[in-house]
Amino acid sequence: MNNCEYQQIDPQALSTPIPTPTLPQPTVVVEKEKREKARKKWEVFPGKNRFYCDGRIIVAGQSGVLPLTIGLILVTTGLFFVFDCPFLVKHLTVFIPAIGGVLFVFVVISLLQTSFTDPGILPRATPDEAADIERQIDSSGSSSYRPPPRTKEVMINQQVVKLKYCFTCKMFRPPRTSHCSLCDNCVERFDHHCPWVGNCVGKRNYRFFYTFIVSLSFLTAFIFGCVATHLALRAQGGRGLMFALQESPASAVELVICFFSVWSILGLSGFHTYLVASNLTTNEDIKGSWSGKSGAEDTVNPYSYNTIITNCCSVLCGPMPPSLIDRRGFVPVEASSQTSATEMELPMLPVKKETNVCAQGTKDLLGSASRSPCPTTGKPQPVAAADPAVTFNPALISDPAAMPSLTCGGRHHSHTTSPPDEPRHHHHHHNRHHRTRSRRGRGSKRPALHISNPAYNASLSPPSSPGPRPSHTGARDPRRDSIVALH
Amino acid sequence: MGRSWDFQHDNDPKHKAIFHNLQELRHSASLANKVFIQRDYSEGTTCRFQTKFPSELDSRIERTLFEDTVKTLNNYYAEAEKIGGQSYLEGCLACTTAYIIFLCMETRYEKVLKKIGRYIQEQNEKIYAPRGLLITDPIERGMRVIEISIYEDRASSGSSSGSSSTSGTSAR
Repeated sequence: MNNCEYQQIDPQALSTPIPTPTLPQPTVVVEKEKREKARKKWEVFPGKNRFYCDGRIIVAGQSGVLPLTIGLILVTTGLFFVFDCPFLVKHLTVFIPAIGGVLFVFVVISLLQTSFTDPGILPRATPDEAADIERQIDSSGSSSYRPPPRTKEVMINQQVVKLKYCFTCKMFRPPRTSHCSLCDNCVERFDHHCPWVGNCVGKRNYRFFYTFIVSLSFLTAFIFGCVATHLALRAQGGRGLMFALQESPASAVELVICFFSVWSILGLSGFHTYLVASNLTTNEDIKGSWSGKSGAEDTVNPYSYNTIITNCCSVLCGPMPPSLIDRRGFVPVEASSQTSATEMELPMLPVKKETNVCAQGTKDLLGSASRSPCPTTGKPQPVAAADPAVTFNPALISDPAAMPSLTCGGRHHSHTTSPPDEPRHHHHHHNRHHRTRSRRGRGSKRPALHISNPAYNASLSPPSSPGPRPSHTGARDPRRDSIVALH
Repeated sequence: MGRSWDFQHDNDPKHKAIFHNLQELRHSASLANKVFIQRDYSEGTTCRFQTKFPSELDSRIERTLFEDTVKTLNNYYAEAEKIGGQSYLEGCLACTTAYIIFLCMETRYEKVLKKIGRYIQEQNEKIYAPRGLLITDPIERGMRVIEISIYEDRASSGSSSGSSSTSGTSAR
């Protein structure tokens, strides 16, 4: 009987004719041979994200107004360099374009990193895991009313924290994790979904986001100052401001853009500096999780280190966690006749290490062994009969989907089809326009053109938190919508 | 017939192959159950796993061995996520280079993750596979759980699961 199992290994999937799969030195060869059959995990990713460059770049489903953000930055800086810098270099110093250039590079790089980095997406629970959790809920089930609330309480640093069950991802969300309905993912240390950046801001890209808004506020302030100086110098000698503006109309454009941007961006930077110093997320701040408004009076932030320096350092300079979704790994082939030999997939690596793919010899061995321990025969009944105490659901053992759960939210990504990226674009276009229109229509005090705070536009008043936050008086609604829509 | 997990003393070359290749474990065994060790959030959001011994493993492995494994893993993760001198240096350096350095350099976290992978591999080979268990690296489950798969030897179907652990003593 055991011999039969051996021969079920598909020799085609191996680069060598030996039936026992060897160490994955031939990952690259295997990869080529399986290219027609196996797909990469990003292709079957159940969230609403889009992937480019073979999974190296990840963006949210809706790109929001990222093109507008990039456009505004490029246009303003371009005009600055072309129209203002020559004059200022002649009259002042050559360091002006140098500083402007450095700031511009920082802004663009951190913006791209914020947009294209995995914010800390949690992969969905495997079917086995989901079943185990369900079993625990049912066994401890005290649901006298339906539906059961599905929360779990844990003690974190002597503070009671409620963990909610995510129905989409089929797991109890870790603390500070939230489900983004726009991206349809649970994101760790979820801050907010930023339409300006076109991505969620979470654990992994919060430092990029912070760098972006801080450097952008410096850049806008710098350009504003330089343009004002430029116009002032031109208007010297009694010639007047109008004369100066006529000579350099581009400066007027820059002045307008920067004037309206600088307040909102500076305000946003101040707000996020406050959040960083107290180790809070925007999500928690809005909900008032730790300020005692929506609960017991004794709530303190259990994650704070109680000193500003330590909080700042841990948030901004802490170790960079790895990406938990293995975008570029191969989906394990789920056919029950094909056994472990076909599951020699790429190791779990962050995106930037795709060049070192072949290096993880021993890890592959275990990885492919452990990644989908599906039984080859798919006949769990004898086992269940042998040990009636095993309450494991046989139906789930034989479920070949060892990859993250595809049963929910996988609109385009059913593993039975081969989903291209394109349909997602069209799907979300109208959503984006709807959102931007609804944002602008909320009585915004500012013109729609400015580079301003993400999703802060409406006229709601902020909760009573310290710190200058003029830019967030509004647009709680879109964010609240997205946050309230979380389940 | 290979009823026991005593691969080291079994002279059948086929069973030697089973021992040396964890993937072959599945050909002679069938998955009976999976145990999930959940995260322990009592110290915050840093990665720690509960060391509570699950009852399903009672007859399979000694409690101390299991707890040692989990504690070592917890220590590894604590080392990876430690905020201290080196992580600050790494963070500040990355900040000054606009985080481009993350594209070129392997972070400390990734180095520790590799160590963890090797450790789990070694634990599986030495301790868990001989007992018919297999630990899945938590990184493959989103760092949410340690998944331990319990295998039943097919040849022993019809008898209870306890019999397959008889060689636990000799497999060391």
